Amino acid sequence: MVPDIYRIASRTEEFPGTCTLGITPHSGGRAGNFSAGQFNMLYAFGAGEVAISMSGSAQDGTYIHTIRSQGLATQALHRLREGEFLGVRGPFGSGWPMEQVAGRHLLIVAGGLGMAPLRPVIYSLLEGKTQPSSAQLFYGARRPQEMLYTGELQRWQQALKVVTTVDHAETEWPGQIGVITKPLGAATLDAENTVVFLCGPEVMMRFCIQVLLGKGVSADAIYLSMERNMKCAIGHCGHCQWGPNFICKDGPVFRYGDIRAWFDIRAL
Amino acid sequence: MQYSVLLATDLDRLIQALRAEGYQVMGPTLRDQAIIYDEIHSVAELPKGWGDEQEKAHYRLKQREDGAYFGYAAGPHSWKKFLQRPRRPVWRAQKSEDSLQIVAAVETVPAMAFLGVRSCELHAIATQDRVFTGDQYRNDSYSERRAKLFIVAVNCTTAAATCFCTSMHTGPQVTLPCDLEMTEVIDDAEHFFLLRSGSAGGERILQQLPLHAAAQRHHVLAQSAVSNAVRQMEQGPRNFDSSDLQALLYRNYDSVSWDQVADRCLSCANCTMACPTCFCSTVEDTTDLSGDHAERWERWDSCFTGDFSYISGGAVRADTRSRYRQWMTHKLATWYDQFGSSGCVGCGRCIAWCPVGIDITEEVQSIREAEKR
Ligand code: SF4
Ligand code: SF4
Ligand code: FES
Repeated sequence: MVPDIYRIASRTEEFPGTCTLGITPHSGGRAGNFSAGQFNMLYAFGAGEVAISMSGSAQDGTYIHTIRSQGLATQALHRLREGEFLGVRGPFGSGWPMEQVAGRHLLIVAGGLGMAPLRPVIYSLLEGKTQPSSAQLFYGARRPQEMLYTGELQRWQQALKVVTTVDHAETEWPGQIGVITKPLGAATLDAENTVVFLCGPEVMMRFCIQVLLGKGVSADAIYLSMERNMKCAIGHCGHCQWGPNFICKDGPVFRYGDIRAWFDIRAL
Repeated sequence: MQYSVLLATDLDRLIQALRAEGYQVMGPTLRDQAIIYDEIHSVAELPKGWGDEQEKAHYRLKQREDGAYFGYAAGPHSWKKFLQRPRRPVWRAQKSEDSLQIVAAVETVPAMAFLGVRSCELHAIATQDRVFTGDQYRNDSYSERRAKLFIVAVNCTTAAATCFCTSMHTGPQVTLPCDLEMTEVIDDAEHFFLLRSGSAGGERILQQLPLHAAAQRHHVLAQSAVSNAVRQMEQGPRNFDSSDLQALLYRNYDSVSWDQVADRCLSCANCTMACPTCFCSTVEDTTDLSGDHAERWERWDSCFTGDFSYISGGAVRADTRSRYRQWMTHKLATWYDQFGSSGCVGCGRCIAWCPVGIDITEEVQSIREAEKR
C-alpha cells in the first residue's frame, strides 16, 4: 500500500517539541472521510512512518494531526514546514462509538497527548452532530505548558463542562493541580447512564478505570484507545498484537468490558 | 481419485516437465550439511539417499541405505522464504523542490513450482494465506507469488523425533489442496512414486509423464509407508493431546513456567526465523546520498527482538519472559482467535534450531504440570 501525497497547509507549535499539522491532498487521496478515533500512517520522506490519530473535524477536507517529536519519524515530521510534503496512508482502525452517545451523559477523559484522538469527538458535539444529554471533559497534563489546544478550551465550554488539571505548575494556573483521578473521583455522575471515552498513558487509564468502576460505571460503558508499535496498520506486520487483538484493525478503540482480561496482563 | 505410478528412474521427467511449463522449480538440496530449499534444475540436485537425525538443538544429516529422494524431515528452511520474502522493496520515493512522489516497487514475480511440500508445510502455507490474503488488505507480493504457485506435495514416510504433526492434526498424509500429490515407495524390488493430480495444472503435467497404472499393491505399499511415519510419531517423544491448548495457555499467563523458560531462552529469534508460519515483519526506510531518493524495504522481524514492541516510553515486552510468552501463546492460543487455526503445524523446526534446546512441546507439558501444583 503506497501512501498518498499530502501538503502541509498549516503548522502550529503547540509547545516545544509538539506541533499540529493541517494537511491537504496533493495527489491522490481525499481527506476528511474518517471516524473520530481512527488514525493515519504519516510518512516523513526517508525517515519512516508513524501512526498518528486524527484530531480534527471529520468534515473539513483537511486532516489535522498532533505530533510529538520523539523517534526518527516524528522528529522528521516535526521538522516539516508549511508547503512541504508528506505521505499518508489511512484512515485505519476502529473509531469511538459515537452512536452510543446520544441521550447519555458523555464523559471524556484525556491524559497528555491522549487529548488528540478525542478532539474530533468534541468537534462533533460542537457541530451538533452528536447530542449527549450532557457532557464533561477531564483533561490532565504534566504541566500547564504541555496542555494541548488551550486556545480552544473556552469555545469547548459551549458544548461541555471542562475540568483541567496538571501534575505540576510553576506558573499561574487557573485549573486544578494533581493527578486526574482526583477531580474524576469527585465528580457526580449518573453512573447508569454514562458513557466514557478514555485516552492517555496506560497507567493513567488503569487508575481512571478503577475510579470509574468504583463510581458504578459499567465496564461495558468505558471505551479506551490503545497504543502499540505499528509498522503496517493493515494486520500484516504483527507488531501491534495485544493478546488476540491487532490494535491496528481491531482497535485502537476498544470497549473495556471486551478487553479487560488483556488489559490486566502486564507486558502483554 | 485417479492414482498412477511414476518410476523413481523417471522422476527427472517431472522436474523437466515443470521447467518446460515455465516454472522455476524449488526443491530440497544439500547445502552446508543440511537439506535446504533452493532452485532445482534436475534430479541430480535432490538429496538422494539422505535423511536426518533431529532432536533438541540437534540436526545431523544421515545417509540412508534405500536411496530415497524424500527421506528427510523438515530442515532449517521453509517455503516461506519464497512467498514472504525475507527482504523486499515496498516503495521508492522521489523528492523535488515542489513535489514528492511515491511509487510501489515493481517485482517480477516468477511462477514457481515447489517440489516436496509436506503436509505440515501445506498447512503452514494455508496459515500464511489467511494472514496475507484473508482479510481486508492483501500483501500484493505474497498474493502474486502464491497465485502463480504450483505445489507438488509429498507424503511423509519418515518422521524425525522432533515432528509432531499427528498431534497438531496437520499430517503426515496430505489432505489440503495441491497440484500433485505423491508418495515415495521403496521396497526390495521397486522404487516408485504413487501420484495423483489435484488440479487442471497438475493433470497437464501428469499427461507428459511416462506413467504406469497403479495396482492394489502400489496402494498398499504407499499406505504402509505413510503409516510408518504415523507410527514413529505416535511412539515418539512428542505425542500429546493438543485439543485444549488454547484454554490451557489462556489460563496460564502467570505460570512460573514462563520464568523458567526465560532463564534459558537467549531471545535470539532463531525459532521465529525457522518457523514456517511466523509472519512478522518490519520496515526499513533509507535515503541515498543525494537525499532526494528514498526507499522502503520490508524484512522479516521477530517478536523476540527488543524494539519489536517499542512505543514511546520503552519496550512493552522488555524481558525474555514476556517475549517467549508472546511467541508461544500466539502460536498455540491467540492464533485461533485471529485466524481460526493453530499457528503451529508441528514441524519441529523451532525445537531442532533453538541453540539451547527449548522445546515447545515440553513447554506445554511444563505449563500443564505447573498448573497442577
Ligand atoms: S512453532 Fe515450531 S513446531 Fe510449530 S510450526 Fe513453528 S517451527 Fe514448527
Ligand atoms: S526459544 Fe530458542 S530459538 Fe527461540 S528465541 Fe529463545 S533461545 Fe532463540
Ligand atoms: S500494525 Fe502491523 S499488524 Fe497491526
